[in-house]
Amino acid sequence: MLQILHATNFPFMKYRRMAYFFSGAILIATLGWLVVKGPKKSVDFTGGTLIQFSTSRAVSADAARAALDGAGFHGADIQQTTGKRADGTTQNAILIRVQSDTTEARTAAETMASAIEKAAPGTQVALLSDDHVGPKVGGELQTKAWQAILSSLGVILLYVGWRYEFKFAFGGVVALLHDVLVTLGFLMFTGREVSLTVVAALLTIAGYSINDTIVVFDRIRERSKMLRKETHSRVMDIAVNETLSRTVITAFTVFLTALALFIWGGEVLRDFSFAMLVGTVFGTYSSVYVASALALDIWIHLDRSKGIQAE
Amino acid sequence: MSRSDQWKLVLVVLATIAAGWYLYPSYTFYSMTPAQREAMPAQKLTQLRKQAIHLGLDLQGGLQLLLEVDKSHLNPAEAKDAVERAREIIHNRVDQFGVAEPLIQREGEDRIAVQLPGLTDRARAIELIGKTALLEFKLVRSGDETKSAFDKLDGYLAAHAPVPGTDSLLKSHPLTGRMLDQGFVRKEDLPAVERLLASAPVDTILPSDTELLWSDNDVSMQGVTGRMLYVLKHDPEMTGGSVASAEAQVGLEQNNPGAWGVSMKMTPRGRSDFARVTAANVGRQLAIVLDGVVQSAPFVRDKIPTGDASITGGSIDINSAKDLAIVLRAGALPAPVKILEERTVGPSLGTDSIHKGVMAGVVGTAMVVAFMLVYYQLSGLIAVIAMLLNTFYVVACLAGFGATLTLPGIAGLVLTVGMAVDTNVLIFERIREELRNGKSIRQSVELGYARAFRTVFDAHSTAIISGLFLFQFGTGPIKGFAVTLITGLVANLFTAVLFTRMIYDFWLSRGKIERLSI
Repeated sequence: MLQILHATNFPFMKYRRMAYFFSGAILIATLGWLVVKGPKKSVDFTGGTLIQFSTSRAVSADAARAALDGAGFHGADIQQTTGKRADGTTQNAILIRVQSDTTEARTAAETMASAIEKAAPGTQVALLSDDHVGPKVGGELQTKAWQAILSSLGVILLYVGWRYEFKFAFGGVVALLHDVLVTLGFLMFTGREVSLTVVAALLTIAGYSINDTIVVFDRIRERSKMLRKETHSRVMDIAVNETLSRTVITAFTVFLTALALFIWGGEVLRDFSFAMLVGTVFGTYSSVYVASALALDIWIHLDRSKGIQAE
Repeated sequence: MSRSDQWKLVLVVLATIAAGWYLYPSYTFYSMTPAQREAMPAQKLTQLRKQAIHLGLDLQGGLQLLLEVDKSHLNPAEAKDAVERAREIIHNRVDQFGVAEPLIQREGEDRIAVQLPGLTDRARAIELIGKTALLEFKLVRSGDETKSAFDKLDGYLAAHAPVPGTDSLLKSHPLTGRMLDQGFVRKEDLPAVERLLASAPVDTILPSDTELLWSDNDVSMQGVTGRMLYVLKHDPEMTGGSVASAEAQVGLEQNNPGAWGVSMKMTPRGRSDFARVTAANVGRQLAIVLDGVVQSAPFVRDKIPTGDASITGGSIDINSAKDLAIVLRAGALPAPVKILEERTVGPSLGTDSIHKGVMAGVVGTAMVVAFMLVYYQLSGLIAVIAMLLNTFYVVACLAGFGATLTLPGIAGLVLTVGMAVDTNVLIFERIREELRNGKSIRQSVELGYARAFRTVFDAHSTAIISGLFLFQFGTGPIKGFAVTLITGLVANLFTAVLFTRMIYDFWLSRGKIERLSI
């Protein structure tokens, strides 16, 4: 029997204050960034135009900008990317963002393509994608994204509260919120855009995080019934150690698939799979150090208020 | 074999056969070469395409539009079913345009989502779908009436909007001073004239039941290009409702035999109306107005009993003539539509996305399979078979529900592989614990499944909850992702719990086993 992490006995709960500090620091950085700078939102949420061209040869952003200026499109945000196609050949692409969503922008793609072709003779320019989102839809999607995240948090809180005790439900939902925020933080720190797909990843992380937490909770509940003589933190440590190998292995298999998507899944899925990678790691960490640790502190606090000496 | 295992076996075999049955059309359809598809009878191909898994626009390329029906000018009775009627009319137009597998759905209160797979001529599609196509036959006011209308406007403009400069003609006649002949405005003067008209309360200056409308672009007069400004009777004599059929045709204009246009035939009722209107207005001009633009204004020479009419004009070419015929046949939209969102994916990006998604899926699955086999050995093999079965069921469900596979959907499938083995990891770790505690193999398996099930159930339920919110939130590609995630979780309860348990029971019932390969 191959076994990693066999019969471990780490005093996890002893170090929970350090973990609070660590998580707190990341959360403060995330919230600070959210308030001061805000996330980089994709065209899905801001409204506007995003056009992607593939070019048979690399065309620099400056050359493309000059070409577009000449054709009468001013002030566009232009980015040049180089990636690999599935067959291994290089794909050169140009991304053009225009804030406004005007009628002119709708028919602009063809004009832009020929302007770039003219400026870089011998280069073939083909349309990869062209998105126009009206400001009304963008705003609505933003509201809907928040609604979806917050209402799924609420329902999960109710469900876990019904199946487990309140202290667990609270810990679980805080852990979930923690994971979603930390992932959002990492997306912002690395300059990635928040798009519809990224929000989908955040919701998946919410589901995954609570999934992972419940595995640990289940064991804590089971052990707390059996080990009535032990201190609460000892019960927690036993439960976490006993589930450690499965916590790590389950996270590992999901991490592997997210990694495959990150490396081979292409540009369109890159931010999505990046979010999944961060979410998987923090989802596992938070099951122990946010969800269980918080549940423990609430547990001790409740006992103290009832006059029971705990810890 | 116990009775319950027999049932499980029957269930698994049935589910697998059903999954295969639902997936077979997809297999046939996507393994066909374009030439084979060409050779297949059209009806059979359509049938097959319907049964095969639908690829989202992000995978096969195409155009997606979100339209909003502007009901602000409708009365409550008209507004009631305006969106539904608009949807039907757009559906008819798209059908006649010939797009395979279009999807036209109502979304919310007053929106319509249109998906046109494989379509790349965006400008034409938008023109076709977004055109209100309100056709009206309106009487042009007589020469004297027109002159008096323009004079009134001149009077008002001269008094209220003094023209700078010294040109005395323009000072006294700001409007007609810019006209060549009655109503014709040169191209270069158009902006100025439009500004003038916008500055005046035209409706109150003109007599009642009178309106001003421009002709189509690029009319030429005495070798100069420009547009005609018509003074028309506001209430139409007839509308597009009387049109029975419309065809794109060449040679409708006698003095321009190479030009394209649209010839219309009227309904019996329309024919008699047309005969009546033409008989009563011999010698006058009857304008054909489309969406507020005068297409042409021929003189009525005689009563027209046949009900033939046509639309011609300088800017109509073969494609726009065909599209115009389509929108006239399909009818006018009950209200104008506005495009809220438009997304186009080129065909090359879609193909590349499929390849990359499949690549990531294969590599990710291979890594998970390798890990499971090394770590859990024979038990790992059981979990791997369950996981593959799980993927098979999910894809079959997508085909069976007629759901759409999108790129995020493929990502969801890949993640499902990682999450599917989770359930078995939970169960296996539990069995190992029981084995270490000195329980017999049979007991350990029994307890492992019993104790892990509760955990798995709760964990899956919460994940399904967030999946449902994801479904509700998402549009297009995201919905596809939510669907794969949710079906993956549900199918997982079947494969990772019921199926693997059955395999263990077979395995353990075949006599004494010294050591469980786990």
